[in-house]
Amino acid sequence: MNMRDKNTKKIEESPLGISEVKYFSFDSLVLESGEVLSPVTIAYETYGTLNEKKDNAILICHALSGDSHVAGISKETGKVGWWEFMVGPNRAFDTNKYFVICANVIGGCKGSTGPSSINPKTGKRWGISFPAITIKDMIEAHVKLLDYLKIEKIFCAAGGSMGGMQVLQLVYSYPDKVVTALPIATTLRHTPQQIAFNEVGRRAIMGDPEWHNGDYYDKGFPANGLSVARMIGHITYMSDASMKEKFGRRLKNNENYDFELNTEFEVGEYLKYRGESFVQRFDANSYLYITRAIDYFDLGDNKDIIKRFSGIKTKFLVISYSHDWLYPPYQSKEIVRVLKYALVDVTYCEISSTYGHDAFLIKNEEQEFLVKHFLDNAYQRIKNGK
Amino acid sequence: MVNERFDYEIILKIIERGSKVLDLGCGDGELLRLLREKNDVKGVGIENDEEMIYKCVEKGVTVEHSDIDEGLPDFPDKFFDYVILNFTLQETKKPKEVIHESLRVGKKVIVSFPNFAFYLVRYSIGILGKTPQTSALPYRWDETPNLHYFTISDFIEFCKAEKIIIDEFIGFTGRKVVKFIPNFFAEKVIFILRKEN
Repeated sequence: MNMRDKNTKKIEESPLGISEVKYFSFDSLVLESGEVLSPVTIAYETYGTLNEKKDNAILICHALSGDSHVAGISKETGKVGWWEFMVGPNRAFDTNKYFVICANVIGGCKGSTGPSSINPKTGKRWGISFPAITIKDMIEAHVKLLDYLKIEKIFCAAGGSMGGMQVLQLVYSYPDKVVTALPIATTLRHTPQQIAFNEVGRRAIMGDPEWHNGDYYDKGFPANGLSVARMIGHITYMSDASMKEKFGRRLKNNENYDFELNTEFEVGEYLKYRGESFVQRFDANSYLYITRAIDYFDLGDNKDIIKRFSGIKTKFLVISYSHDWLYPPYQSKEIVRVLKYALVDVTYCEISSTYGHDAFLIKNEEQEFLVKHFLDNAYQRIKNGK
Repeated sequence: MVNERFDYEIILKIIERGSKVLDLGCGDGELLRLLREKNDVKGVGIENDEEMIYKCVEKGVTVEHSDIDEGLPDFPDKFFDYVILNFTLQETKKPKEVIHESLRVGKKVIVSFPNFAFYLVRYSIGILGKTPQTSALPYRWDETPNLHYFTISDFIEFCKAEKIIIDEFIGFTGRKVVKFIPNFFAEKVIFILRKEN
């Protein structure tokens, strides 16, 4: 693949047309840590129309590096959303039927309050004085948004990876609010291996002299650290098989090794490109805060989770990917097992794909098919009053 | 629409309205769909073939993509009114364990399988000297998913040894119930099993 092609501007298209970011602010949010975040702004986008009964809302939760721009053309960047193939007219999340909402998480850097926001009390950016946040806090903020939109009950909560953690947390905290839940390529709790990768990423950022203890906003940017963090992340999102397929042992420019300390292999060049482009669009402190939120994620002991989920009416579709070694299928199976113990209605599919964790973000008919039919059948049942 | 699956018709007659059902090796979910629509059954399927999962989800059938040989530890005792093993048992690695697990989680278990003592099967082996390929055993020897071949007599003996009660068994060939020497004239069979207490 020629990386330079990716840099050239191409005009992207979407059946949804332009999608604009909207903002909603509220006074304060008590966080899981006990601290109070104030004030709070949530950046969100919506697609489709909320019906009169308000029973067709879908909340999509984004992953670590995502944002509210799930589909359509961004007014700012001109780019399509991160789950463009899943959201739109006649797509899996069918905007002809459903009202889709996607909000940037708190702690993020795409419009919702995060460490790069201005703290009104000091007139300066929060930096690392921003309070620690958790997945539960993200959900509390999302629920405030739902209240603001006057949506009592959502038809579906869906998301992959960290988005899936939010889905699980939402059902855990507000089981009556969610009719169907779609946690994809995710886990009930972050494991030591997953925490370890995040820790290395954070150390890369904090070890960058440009980080300045998080107070870099007027001084520069820890681009090198964030870029390395993203490169590590990307390795964990791919798989041995997908890397072999995509890059092999091919060299970037030459036929022979140049025996110099350059990025010689295509795989290296790809990671470098990924790291460098990430730096253009993501705040290093947000990366620290959000990865910590992910690491703190632990829905509890299985016994407690089963107790909590017992008797809930939410219907689940759990999806995993065969080559995902970051959130391997066994973790999804554990979600299924816990739900079954709690006698919750759960459908599970492990999709075979050579892609790794990233698979849920890459267009694939299997995921589209499962989500579309699962939702349409569930929605039909509501309409039939069952 | 005429249903060509006589086994489905028999099972639909056995299972009472509103029952809770677990279908092990539910395939494309057609039986569970019929049970839901005709008998108002609340059903769950387990299936190992990914392609079949898509067909189940398309029909709105709740299904889990997993291997029944790994056990059914996630269901409480006697949780289901019926556990169905419709032409599944002969494909499992450990049929004995699967039957006992099914009897643990279900009040009754419905087991169906191709009868290996059916006269055309006997003819194929005994006279032609060939591994049988019949409508109940459609695969060539090298392509069959079946791991176990057994007969109605074998299964009755097995149940006796395992202290499993046979409520009833229905042998059939095509769309006809076979009452006369079923171990010879029935191509397929459906057993209804339970355990004491």
